[in-house]
Amino acid sequence: MSATAAASNTMPAVRWQPLCRRADLVAFSGVVAWLETSAAQVALFYLPGHTPELYALDHFDPFSNAYVIGRGIVGDLDGAPVIASPLYKQHFRLSDGLCLEDENVRLRTWPVRFDGDRVVIEA
Amino acid sequence: MATRENLIIIGNGMVGHHLVEQLIEAGALARLEVTVFGEERHRAYDRVHLSEYFTGRNAESLALCDADYYAQHGVTLRSGEKVTEIDRAAKTVVTASGRYAFDHLVLATGSYPFVPPIEGRERPGCLVYRTLDDLDAIRDAAQSATNGVVVGGGLLGLEAANALRGLNLDTAVVEFAPRLMPMQVDREGGELLKEKIESLGLQVLTERATQRIEQGEQSRLRMVFQDGKVLETDLIVFSAGIRPQDALARECGLEIGERGGVVIDDHCRTSDPAILAVGEVALWNQSIFGLVAPGYQMAKVAVSTLTGGDARFGGADMSTKLKLLGVDVGAIGDAHGERTPGARMFRYLDPLTQVYRKLVVSSDGKKLLGAMLVGDNGVYDTLLQYYANALELPAEPASLILPRQSGAAPALGADALPASAMICSCHNVTKGVICEAIDAGARDLASVKGATRASTGCGGCATLLKSVVDHELAAQGVEVDRSLCEHFAHTRQGLYDIVRVEGIKTFGELMEKHGNTGHGLGCDICKPTVSSILASCFNEPIMDAAHVPLQDTNDTFMANMQKNGTYSVVPRIAGGEITPEKLVVLGQVAQKFELYTKVTGGQRIDLFGARLEDLPAIWGELIAAGFETGHAYGKSLRTVKSCVGSTWCRFGVQDSVGMAIKLEHRYKGLRAPHKIKFGVSGCTRECAEAQSKDIGIIATENGWNLYVCGNGGMRPRHAELFATDLDDEALYRTIDRFLMFYVRTADRLQRTATWRENLEGGLDYLKAVILEDSLGLGDELERQMQTLIERYECEWANALSDPEKLKRFRSFVNDERPDPSIIMTTERGQLRPA
Repeated sequence: MSATAAASNTMPAVRWQPLCRRADLVAFSGVVAWLETSAAQVALFYLPGHTPELYALDHFDPFSNAYVIGRGIVGDLDGAPVIASPLYKQHFRLSDGLCLEDENVRLRTWPVRFDGDRVVIEA
Repeated sequence: MATRENLIIIGNGMVGHHLVEQLIEAGALARLEVTVFGEERHRAYDRVHLSEYFTGRNAESLALCDADYYAQHGVTLRSGEKVTEIDRAAKTVVTASGRYAFDHLVLATGSYPFVPPIEGRERPGCLVYRTLDDLDAIRDAAQSATNGVVVGGGLLGLEAANALRGLNLDTAVVEFAPRLMPMQVDREGGELLKEKIESLGLQVLTERATQRIEQGEQSRLRMVFQDGKVLETDLIVFSAGIRPQDALARECGLEIGERGGVVIDDHCRTSDPAILAVGEVALWNQSIFGLVAPGYQMAKVAVSTLTGGDARFGGADMSTKLKLLGVDVGAIGDAHGERTPGARMFRYLDPLTQVYRKLVVSSDGKKLLGAMLVGDNGVYDTLLQYYANALELPAEPASLILPRQSGAAPALGADALPASAMICSCHNVTKGVICEAIDAGARDLASVKGATRASTGCGGCATLLKSVVDHELAAQGVEVDRSLCEHFAHTRQGLYDIVRVEGIKTFGELMEKHGNTGHGLGCDICKPTVSSILASCFNEPIMDAAHVPLQDTNDTFMANMQKNGTYSVVPRIAGGEITPEKLVVLGQVAQKFELYTKVTGGQRIDLFGARLEDLPAIWGELIAAGFETGHAYGKSLRTVKSCVGSTWCRFGVQDSVGMAIKLEHRYKGLRAPHKIKFGVSGCTRECAEAQSKDIGIIATENGWNLYVCGNGGMRPRHAELFATDLDDEALYRTIDRFLMFYVRTADRLQRTATWRENLEGGLDYLKAVILEDSLGLGDELERQMQTLIERYECEWANALSDPEKLKRFRSFVNDERPDPSIIMTTERGQLRPA
C-alpha cells in the first residue's frame, strides 16, 4: 500500500491495527477504546447506513480538560455529523474534529474502518 | 457655537430625569447649558418599583440611567445638593455651596409624604416611605422589630405594607376612612380588598383615627386611637398621602394653589415666565397629577416651551392598574360614577374567587365612562381601550365583566383599535407609532420596545403591547420562528401532541414522519427533548436500545457527570427520611469505592467521584440494601423536602414527612420538561421552604394548602397559593392534573415558574383548567398520570438485570483498565479532583 509506505518514511510504526469489534459499538452513539500504541483514548462513533459509518476522534475535551467526548450526543448540524461535548456542549465535526464554536480548536482524528467484524484504526 | 443660556432643573426624580432625556432627544443642549440639582444623594431612580428594593434590587439596578449618562451628554448633575432659595430678581438659585445663575428654571421637586399632626409623631421608629434613604431607615428599624404599622390605606400605604411584610414584620394597616383605597374603590370593592389583604395575614383597621403615639409596653410604641383603643408596634410608617414640594416656590412668591402646588398654565409656565414646573409639584387646572405618565407628558411640554414650541398640556387620564400585596386593583376614568349625570352602573361580585368588577356607562349604554376592578385586572386593558378611544360598547355591556365561561364578550382584539389608540401612556406611544416601527423593520417585541420606548415606563401595558405587536407582525406575514431546532419545525408542545396522538414510540419514526429532512440524525437539543416526551407518554426504560442514543450522558449512565468525567450517585431518600441501617450502608459504599460525600439541599446524600466502570457495582450494593435510583440525573421529579411535622414537632399540625414520602413515591420517575422539586411543611412556619418549590404543600388544621410554580435558583420566585385545605385524595388529584398539564404544555427546559409566567391567562387560567376543569381534560390528565405511576420501575434495577445494558459501563471497550486520566487529591479528609 503506497499510502502506508509514504507515511512510514516520516513517522515510525504507522499501520492499520485492530482496535475492537463491531459488537462493541453502539449505533448512533459513542464508545471509547484504548489505543495502546499511542497510549491514547479514542472515541468511536458508529452511524450505520451513513457514509462513512465510522469515525474515530480524540476522547479528550480541550474545553473541560477531561476525557468525555465519547459520552456526548451524536447529531448533525447543517447536514454535517457532529458530536456535542457532554460538559460545555461545544460541537465538533466528526469528519475532521473541527469545533464549530471555536475554529481554533480541532480534535485529533484517526482513519478508521471495518475489517470484517473488526474495527481497525490507522495509527 | 453661540453662547448657551443656562437652564437649571431643581429635582432629579423620575419626571426631572425624563425632562433631561427629552431635552437631549430634542437636541436642545446645543442652546442650553443644563445643570440639575438633586436633593437626594442617589441619581434618578424608579420610584414606581421602589418596594423591589426589599426584594433584591439595589439603588444601582433601580437607577434610570447609567452613572455617566449626564456627563456623556454634557449635563451637570449635582446630586445631594439641596437648593435652599430661588432669587427671582437676580435669577439665581442658592445652595450650601454657592449661587448659580439661570436664564430658565424648571421646578421638578415632586412631593413629600404627608405626616398627620399626631402627638408623638417625632418618636424614634416613626418613619415615612418615599425615598431610598427612607427605605434604608425602615430596614434598619425593622432589624430589631417584630411588628409594624402603616398609617394610611391608600395606594402608597399598601405598598409600604407590602414592604414591611417583605421584611418579615407582622403588619397592620390603619386607615382613617371607612375602607381601603377610598380614592379608587367603592364600598364593595373596599370590603373585598380588605378580605383579601387580611387573608395574607395582615391586620386591617379602618375608620381609625390616631390621636397620639406614646412609649409602648410590649413593643417600642403604642398608638392611641380616638375611641380609646390602643395598638402596640415597633415601628410606624406614615403613608397618608403626599403633598407638593412647593416650599421654594412659596418663598420666592410664585402663585401657589389653595391646597398647595405651583400653578402652571398649559405650557407648564408658572406665574413667572422664566420659571416652569412639571410633575407632582405642578398644579394644572386645580389638579395635581400624582402619577408618572402625566409627569412625563408635562416634561415633554416643558421641553417644547423651552425650545420655542407650542405644545400644550391638556390634563391626563388618571386611569391606573396596580398589583398591591399581590391583589389586582384597577380604576378607569370616572370609577365612582359621580361625574356624569345619568351614569348607569353594572356590578359583578364573586365572593368565592374574590373578584369585583364595576362598569360605569353613559345613560344610553353606548360609552364607557369608568370602571373599577378588584381582585383581577384581566379585563383592564380592554376596558381602558373602550374608555380612552370612546369605542361603542357591545349591546350587552355587562358581558365585559362577566366570567368568561358564561359567554362573555372576548377581549378587544388589537385589530379593533384605531391607530390613535394610546398603548403606552408613560411614553405616549400610540398603536400608529408601533405600526410605523414595524413598517420600519422592527421584527419582534424587543426591537419595537427599543424603537418606541413603549412599555419601558411603568410596564402596565406589556400585555397589550405584545398583542398589538404579535397581531401586526402576523398581519404583515412575519412568522415568529418557534422551531425546536433545525430538525423539527415544531415547539416541544407541538411534538408532544404529535407523539401522543399518533402513538409514535421512537425518535427515528418521529424524524421520518415529522422531521425537516426525514433522515436527519437529530442533535443535542431535539434528541433529549424527544426522549423526555417519549418517557412522559410511555415511560419505557431509558436504557432500551432505541432510546440510548437520545440521552444526555447523565441519563445514559444514570448518574451526574462531574467536571473531571467522573460521576456522582444519588440514591432516593424519600422525604429525607432514612434508617440508621441505610445510612451506614451509604458510608460503607462511599468508603469502599472512595467517594466524596456531601449532603444535598434536597435532603439526600450525594456520592461524588464514582468511576464509570464502578457504577454498576455501587448500585448493586445500594439496591441490595433497599435503595432505588434518585433520578438526580434526569429532568424529572427530584426530591420532596420535608420538615419533621406533627410526629415530633410541637407546632406541627399534620404528618408532613408521611405526606412527603407518599408524594415522592407517587411521582418518582416522572419525566418532565425540566426538573421538579417539592416541599412539604407541617405547619405555617414553613421549615421545609415549600414556597420556593415547583410544588409546595403546607399543612393546615384542616388539611393541606397547595402552592405552585415556585423556584429557587437564579431567579427566585415564590410559589403561589393554588388551593386550600385539601384532603389527601384531593391533593393527589390536583397535583396529578397540574403536573401532567405542565408536562404537556411547557417548552423544553422550562421550569414551572417560567412556564407559569408565560402562560396566557396566568394563575386564573391555570386554576380554571386544573380546579374547575374548564378544558374538560381533568380525567384524561389523571388517567395519564396513573399509567405513568403504574409503569414505574427503578432504572438501575432494570439495568443491573441486563448484561447488554451493563456493557456500556466500561471506560474502554477493548481494555479492562480504568481511565488513567482521573487523578484525585485529598482535602478536608476526603478525595476531590486534582
